[in-house]
Amino acid sequence: MGGVTGDSREERAYALETAKLGIWCFLATEVLLFGGLFTAYTVFRLRYPDLFHAEHLKLNRLLGGTNTVILITSSLTMALAVAAARQGRKKRLQIFLLCTILLAASFLGVKYLEWSDDFARHLYPGTNLFFSLYFTMAGLHALHVIAGMGVLTTLLVMARRGKLGRSRHTPVEIGGLYWHFVDLVWIYLFPLLYLVG
Amino acid sequence: MSHTDAHAINEDRGYLTERGFRSWACTLDHKRIGVLYLFTTLFFFLAGGVIALLMRLELLTPGPTLMSDHTYNVLFTLHGAIMIFLFIIPGIPSGMGNFFIPLLIGARDVAFPRLNLLSYWIFIGGIVVILASLVSPMDTGWTFYTPYSARTGAAVATLSLGIFLVGMSSILTGLNFIVTTHRLRAPGLTWHRLPLFIWAMYATSIIQVIATPVVGITFLLLAAERIFGIGFFDPAKGGDPLLFQHFFWFYSHPVVYVMILPAMGVITEIIPVFSRKPIFGYRAIAYSSLAIAFIGFLVWGHHMFVSGMSHVAGVIFSFLTFFVAVPTGVKVFNWIATLYRGSITFESPMLYALTFIFLFVIGGLTGPFLGALATDVHLHDTYFVVAHFHYTMMGGTVMGLFAGLHYWFPKMTGRMLNETVAKLAWAITFVGFNTTFFVMFILGYHGMPRRYAEYLPKYHADNVFATVGSWILAVGVVIMFANFVWGMFWGEKASANPWRGLTLEWQTPSPPPTENFDEIPTVTDWPYGYGKKAV
Repeated sequence: MGGVTGDSREERAYALETAKLGIWCFLATEVLLFGGLFTAYTVFRLRYPDLFHAEHLKLNRLLGGTNTVILITSSLTMALAVAAARQGRKKRLQIFLLCTILLAASFLGVKYLEWSDDFARHLYPGTNLFFSLYFTMAGLHALHVIAGMGVLTTLLVMARRGKLGRSRHTPVEIGGLYWHFVDLVWIYLFPLLYLVG
Repeated sequence: MSHTDAHAINEDRGYLTERGFRSWACTLDHKRIGVLYLFTTLFFFLAGGVIALLMRLELLTPGPTLMSDHTYNVLFTLHGAIMIFLFIIPGIPSGMGNFFIPLLIGARDVAFPRLNLLSYWIFIGGIVVILASLVSPMDTGWTFYTPYSARTGAAVATLSLGIFLVGMSSILTGLNFIVTTHRLRAPGLTWHRLPLFIWAMYATSIIQVIATPVVGITFLLLAAERIFGIGFFDPAKGGDPLLFQHFFWFYSHPVVYVMILPAMGVITEIIPVFSRKPIFGYRAIAYSSLAIAFIGFLVWGHHMFVSGMSHVAGVIFSFLTFFVAVPTGVKVFNWIATLYRGSITFESPMLYALTFIFLFVIGGLTGPFLGALATDVHLHDTYFVVAHFHYTMMGGTVMGLFAGLHYWFPKMTGRMLNETVAKLAWAITFVGFNTTFFVMFILGYHGMPRRYAEYLPKYHADNVFATVGSWILAVGVVIMFANFVWGMFWGEKASANPWRGLTLEWQTPSPPPTENFDEIPTVTDWPYGYGKKAV
């Protein structure tokens, strides 16, 4: 960060706050990106409540619920990774980053099973508005999970090369905030699609 | 200010010292990235301009002149899409904003230089994808209205994804500017001592960050509609084409303020310098930028008065549209009050700045004709609309950009433009612009619809007038750009502060060194104390 550099403790703290302001702005744009989909959901649900009710019963709540548990757990491991980075405990940091990545991968694995089952039952995007919304919203979220895995993998590589530590944990903080956001989106998507549809 | 030896400045190429492709393509210097944006966007300005000339040529006669109707549809779509997405939106914000925000706030760079470079290359990636869509060029108009855009044979999905990438670049740039303004101001540079260009850019960045994701998802949904047939905008599947229009204008109206606010910021810097007077109503101008950004989010429905939207919504949107004119008026009155009894000199930046006020007032005051429900029904989709937005966008934003280019040219290149040629180019551009576009108000009032390659014979004379005007305008712009090229290589060497400005960019050599300032300045006063005391 050419604009905010320096090695003294104050300067590092200033750089962290600056980076945090950046990531919060970015997360605001992400909220608005999903906001368009939530708006579409609201519009169509108000217009076709019966369709939404009938169609949402076709979703697999067990798999959806499992995925919710997986993601919430991954938020826990991420938070533990951030704490480890702050304390400069490098081994711990790597372990928790790896756990988070594995949980994200299992989320995608469950998603694969779920969607295969949907396709087998001839439920596609375009089948009807509910399934269009379901696949679009969950699909965009899955893309974010994949992007998040990219971020986490980068962090893990950095950690293994010893580039992260007590005096340099900003990337972990930033990556952590992004990962929590990805989880949070799912926390909204799960009830909207699986429970109250 | 530090009195650096003027001679030493002239020998120094500052941030331009390093040469070669890599030194530009991989640069983290905000000034170089700004220059890259300016070259890219000005290239597309010329490309869009050539397309406009072809369209005007087609309209020289009422019947078919030189192209098929489909070609004409493609051309007006390309003209709109190129000018909006590749020139006006990134032009002043990403080009001049990158170059001058850190300089004006006394910083060494933006907050996230690597993100800044990334956003430039995302922009280029978006351009490549957009150009790839030319294999089957768009014919929907730049607004991509469904259901036609969902059905046409053109490469809509490709173009949508390209614009998504360009939008992402815009978001990252806006984010960078917000954080830069919050975190990197020089010591003593409080919010109420900030140059007003910074306030304008700050408001612009907020709009970019908040509105652009919405158009991002809109274009993603349009692409998904084309690829998967999701049906959100397709009535046959229970979807709603109006939803697309709401989504689209929720971005595309606020974004006209992304286009105009930076230009207003440039003008606000230029007018006090060439009037030798403090800016009148500093806080009013600063807060009106934020007010425009805020109210601008609530007026998108005025694009949809004849779309079948509810009447109540129409009345509310109409009221809010009138309301957004208030902070705009505040700015105009403050500029004029600044000019009042000033020691005005008419160098080329000032000529363009005054042109901005003159043309923008015409463009602005014709806005309420379209914002009023009753008159809009008559004027909707006529040449009146074309004239209105060309007066605001070209007469406003583009003149503001030209003003800024003339004003900051010495700082960016270290050389002066030829002032006589600059004034000549200005005069021809001014005449050409008004000849081309003023007559369109009359055409539109008489009912000539936009977006048709042919028209009724009774509109012939006025169209010939406009087409001839487009040639005059082209001559003016070509002379101006020739002057830019000449000035870049052979212009007289510029001193650090040729216009005797008080903002921080003038307190460092021209062109500025890579790190901008030898020593970060400490600010003790606002930058507009002209005519009172020497600073």
